[in-house]
Amino acid sequence: MGYQNIFTQVQIRGPVETGPPLPHGDFPRTETAGYSYLMGLFANAQLGPIYLGRLGLASIICGLIAFEIIGLNMWASVNWDPVQFVRQLFWLALEPPAPKYGLSIPPLAEGGWWLMAGFFLTTAIILWWARTYRRARALGMGTHVAWAFAAAIWLYLVLGFIRPVLMGSWAEAVPFGIFPHLDWTAAFSIRYGNLFYNPFHCFSIVFLYGSTLLFAMHGATILAVGRYGGERELEQITDRGTASERAALFWRWTMGFNATMESIHRWAWWFAVLTTLTGGIGILLTGTVVDNWYLFAVEHGYATQYPATGIVDPSTLPGAPQ
Amino acid sequence: MMNRMSKPLGRSLALCAVLAMPLLLTGCEIGGKDATQWGPRGAAMEGVVNPRLMSAPGVPPESAYPLESRDGPRARDTYQNLQVLGDISADEFNLLMLNITAWVAPPEQGCNYCHNPENMASDEIYQKVVARKMLQMTRTINTQWEGHVKATGVTCYTCHRGKGIPAYYWTNAPARPNGILGNNMGQNMPSPTVAYASLPHAPFETLLVGNNPIRVGSKGIHPTPANTTSIQATEATYGLMMHMSSSLGVNCTFCHNTQNFGKWSREQRVGAWYGIRMVRQINDGYITPLKGVFPAHRLGPTGDPFKVNCQTCHQGVNKPLGGVPMLADSPSLRDPNVAVAGAGTSVLAAAVSTPGAVRAVAVAMPTETADRIADAAGAAADQARESVAATR
Repeated sequence: MGYQNIFTQVQIRGPVETGPPLPHGDFPRTETAGYSYLMGLFANAQLGPIYLGRLGLASIICGLIAFEIIGLNMWASVNWDPVQFVRQLFWLALEPPAPKYGLSIPPLAEGGWWLMAGFFLTTAIILWWARTYRRARALGMGTHVAWAFAAAIWLYLVLGFIRPVLMGSWAEAVPFGIFPHLDWTAAFSIRYGNLFYNPFHCFSIVFLYGSTLLFAMHGATILAVGRYGGERELEQITDRGTASERAALFWRWTMGFNATMESIHRWAWWFAVLTTLTGGIGILLTGTVVDNWYLFAVEHGYATQYPATGIVDPSTLPGAPQ
Repeated sequence: MMNRMSKPLGRSLALCAVLAMPLLLTGCEIGGKDATQWGPRGAAMEGVVNPRLMSAPGVPPESAYPLESRDGPRARDTYQNLQVLGDISADEFNLLMLNITAWVAPPEQGCNYCHNPENMASDEIYQKVVARKMLQMTRTINTQWEGHVKATGVTCYTCHRGKGIPAYYWTNAPARPNGILGNNMGQNMPSPTVAYASLPHAPFETLLVGNNPIRVGSKGIHPTPANTTSIQATEATYGLMMHMSSSLGVNCTFCHNTQNFGKWSREQRVGAWYGIRMVRQINDGYITPLKGVFPAHRLGPTGDPFKVNCQTCHQGVNKPLGGVPMLADSPSLRDPNVAVAGAGTSVLAAAVSTPGAVRAVAVAMPTETADRIADAAGAAADQARESVAATR
């Protein structure tokens, strides 16, 4: 037994909860499980047992390979200097191939390692997705976690695979690296006429900010009725108690309507999922269908028109140097 | 009782800790900032500077003495081997030589930095050959690039600041290794040339020489074969822009309305456009041709001379040396003595003798440029609207 409520921080010790027996043919769960007092201050005090399984094991191996390829390439780029590796870590990168290679397989040092790292990372992610699906099924749960994860994978695949393939060049994909991927993002917006005018980027931001708003509202509401057992949401769903009544009343008083104990989670799920679904659509259309989002916005009448300044491109003047 | 006392104590300690947390934000600059709005509201077109952290613009040294008159015997009749400055008066020539010594030569060497004291006309010291080319370059800058240097003009001091070698220059980077070892793909390191971004740190090699395109945006809504600029090429342009920004101590909106980088929103961008072409001509037309003149220790790792970029002159301020007029006592750096026929053609001939200069000779002169801009402004009031119309 671990953390139930901040007002009742009692940690009870007993035999660990091991979960229901696994179906025939599954790997066994790890034998090790125990309690952590520190973890119990924040979450459930019980750690483990973990179910690794074939999918989990394969995913971790592929992820480790990708991690090693990226990390060792970064380290090699500073001549295996451990000090520089740490100092420059945020700047270091594993870059995709140059545009001249198109969709061919380049030499290892010219982007081949990037391609390989991308393959293993994608494999690891998809295997982990299958694991979330299978584990949910094994517990008789719905597969909402898996599909929410799939929405994130969609954006990842658009950025690193689907759009580069449509553009005919791996060079269009994102480098692996902290600052390099941020510089890539800024350059991407500059190249395609300001991504803020991409309506799907707008949708994505709306759902992203909306997600944080919903998270804050829901988290606050549940904590506020915690003294009435509001955090036992499933109980409140099946048998609405005073916590649920007060929370509902609060929102009806303050904004006229309220979610239900179940529907608030449906809202949150859709806001989170739509963030990456719409974002992925926006990236997919960029460079393939629309090359200048600012001009797209002018065409569709939603770009702000500032007063003309009369400044003329000097390269259009007669006799200008080019 | 103990518990009751300790609880408020713990709370006040926690409160102190929370209040002290902003002290961890050591990157913050305490104190007032000066903000200047220079564009429409809502576009964040403003400069915000901390007056306590601004780069000092530097002050050019006084002329050795004021130039009284440009009349008198010509320098070519007094001195030998004058290939550039022969048409000005000997007095003006003497003053210019004195000033150049202060602008460029290390004090302990003085005239001897360029001249053999036994024979001042001799070209045996390489610095003298370089100086001659640089004088031609300075005249080209002052006469043909007023789109960038305006009426302020430049002297040797604008770059040299009293040193034989200007403080800021660039050379070609050594070729990248073939494998992954020590190969950062020309980017992905904290480089001051691109404001410590991970952008390509040598954008000058492709964009401040030659004639490669810098613009990345498309003129139409939909993709066409006319613009296949890659993200990697965009990053080079981005790197150059970061260099310009940090060299001038300004932000993006000094030249752009960042709503649409491609649009011509600020006249400062026009100045920058001429500046980039000017720098290309300086590098291609005047510095690179001196490759064989410089000794090995004045060449970069790949054997190319030290070339210029925005930082060479600007040194962190948008108007080098505070924008004070540079040519009051050195008019010959812009105008060969107008009283003497033929001087203009000799400058022109000198400029045309270099490949990059051919382009610049065609550049519109400042007043004409201004007129053309005024004429064209009415016709091209809104570029974006035109571009959209063109795609329909």
